Amino acid sequence: MNTAHHATGLFAGVDVGASRTKAVVLDQKRKLLGSDVLKSGLDFSGTAETCLQAALHKAGMSADSLTSCVATGYGRKNVRRSGITKTEIACHAKGCFHFFPMAMTIIDIGGQDNKVIKLDNVGRRIHFKMNRKCAAGTGAFLEEMALRLDLALEDMDHLARQSQEMVELGSFCTVFSATEVLENIRQGRKIEDIVKGVYHSMLKRVLEMDTLDDAVVLTGGVVAHNPFLAEMATVLTGSEILVPPFPQLTGAFGAALYGLELESRPDTRQADSGHT
Amino acid sequence: MKTPAEHRAPAFQAGKTLKKIMADHFLELDAAAKSRERKIAWCSSVGPVELLRGMGFLVYFPENHAAMLGATRMATELIPTANALGFSPEICSYLTSDIGSYLRQKTPLSKAYGINALPKPDVLVFNTNQCRDVQDWFAWYAREFQVPLLGIFSHRDLGKIKDYHLQDIAKQIQDLVPDLERIAGRPFDLERFQEAVRLSKTTSALWRACLETAAERPSPWSFFDHSIHMGPAVVARGTQVAVEYYEQLLAELRERVRTRTAAVPDEQHRLYWDGMPIWGKLRALSELFASLKTCVTASTYCNSWIYEQLDPEVPFKSMARAYTELFIVRNEQFKEQYIREHVRAYHCDGILFHDSKTCPNNSNARYGLPQRLQSVSGIATLAINGDLNDLRCYSEEQTKTQIEAFIEQLEE
Repeated sequence: MNTAHHATGLFAGVDVGASRTKAVVLDQKRKLLGSDVLKSGLDFSGTAETCLQAALHKAGMSADSLTSCVATGYGRKNVRRSGITKTEIACHAKGCFHFFPMAMTIIDIGGQDNKVIKLDNVGRRIHFKMNRKCAAGTGAFLEEMALRLDLALEDMDHLARQSQEMVELGSFCTVFSATEVLENIRQGRKIEDIVKGVYHSMLKRVLEMDTLDDAVVLTGGVVAHNPFLAEMATVLTGSEILVPPFPQLTGAFGAALYGLELESRPDTRQADSGHT
Repeated sequence: MKTPAEHRAPAFQAGKTLKKIMADHFLELDAAAKSRERKIAWCSSVGPVELLRGMGFLVYFPENHAAMLGATRMATELIPTANALGFSPEICSYLTSDIGSYLRQKTPLSKAYGINALPKPDVLVFNTNQCRDVQDWFAWYAREFQVPLLGIFSHRDLGKIKDYHLQDIAKQIQDLVPDLERIAGRPFDLERFQEAVRLSKTTSALWRACLETAAERPSPWSFFDHSIHMGPAVVARGTQVAVEYYEQLLAELRERVRTRTAAVPDEQHRLYWDGMPIWGKLRALSELFASLKTCVTASTYCNSWIYEQLDPEVPFKSMARAYTELFIVRNEQFKEQYIREHVRAYHCDGILFHDSKTCPNNSNARYGLPQRLQSVSGIATLAINGDLNDLRCYSEEQTKTQIEAFIEQLEE
């Protein structure tokens, strides 16, 4: 790996999430050259490498040309090629601030957890919160509900958009919510109204985690695959919701940015890589 | 990457004494339970231990045993037994794990000291200053053993402590005397009681001095050390043994300060821990923080075991004051001020709140305190979910990510 201390070259970010692994490759101008998303599966190391190779291939590059590779996500310690790890909280913040350089509240909805992260106007993290040990408001909640409704996950978004009369799901607990869904099925409620109710319930759980200050940015894999959530969040909060161009890749993007910044500031390399 | 051992400071010499004190404590109780030569009182950890010692009881602390269940990670397996009896998984996991331990006849004392049964009490004495759960916990054992249950019912959410609060608690402590005389089979001995109060006071002063060495940079010890070394402040409070132990420990800590021996080599960050320890994860968390070059220098939990208000000249009234001025029974304004002062005194960069699922009284992240502290003092705060004993309520990976992200935040 090239270790030249200047911001030229190729910067990879690998986000090994509980559900999906994402890899991006950026050039020194922070331009996205290639990316890939794979199911994380059971072999985090193998998936991370395959995902990174696929992103490099799409960028028309090889691993030999990488200047740095920064790993993030639950499986960040499993990325063999990476000497530097950062938490997904840091990387989503870094990625979101790249696209929206302003004070903001970031809502990251992931497969297994969600986070609310607050940044000041220079991109410093002020505070963050993670969901409790509970599926409410996470991708896992949607997966459970899709199972109950016998739906493919990718069908939910367009179904929710068709709803005319959303059902209310009041429970905090995923299991209790599933019971409410079954009750609505029994009552013959339309599937699209139930799906919209599921989205609404999920958003409520996330939005009640913290106050929403400044600009609000919605990111993560769940919003990438369910963009109607951002539209519903706009209605629920009464304010514009910003979504980065590739919300599922934002964490990996932020990781790559960390690599780029570290190369630009060689004096900080040691301190910032101390968590591996 | 350093191994966990490389992140660790050398072991404390006092650790050997600590092991002996704890072994002697349990073996003496076990012998007394078998011989019936001395009466045994079970006491809540912030109960009127000085009075019990003054009346000649050997004192056993169920909370200490419960913490051992947590630290040995036996608790999570035992809690469901109590849950099945009607004790909710939402209530104190000290209570549920301890009752589960008794019913399943599984105790960490077996492996540590060859003791297979808890020392049968002659009386159980609690103070609700900690929580109401100690009352229900002790009541269960009182029914089980068919022995008397005595209690002090403390005032809660106190701002300014008024004289009538103290008079009431002092009277409640005094009112225990006739029952305890009857159970002990001996008259109340004022001098012996005063001596226990004096020793408790001295122990407290020494414990405070030990804790205060953590204000130094680098800190010679961390919250994870404090949690272990506070054992004698709990089980031997009111005895010469505790006094001598903390004299030894304090000397060792001062030597570490002099030689700049750090609990966390290359200490970069300092945190304050609010809430209960996560007993089953002490080692893992200690190593995680050390790998992040972070020392947890102070805590509400360990810093609460200081009872310097005790005064042998006015033993009842001063006990009432010591056990009423506790952090845990105070109102939110007091708690906010207390934490701010300690964060400043121990040079902490951030505060970690452990929101312990089954211990609401020791969880201070539920009424907006972290947000108030952050907005008023600008200090960064983090709340993690977990539990003192029930590891079913704890997510290791989620906690690690949160702590790492918090340290990253402090570095930015």
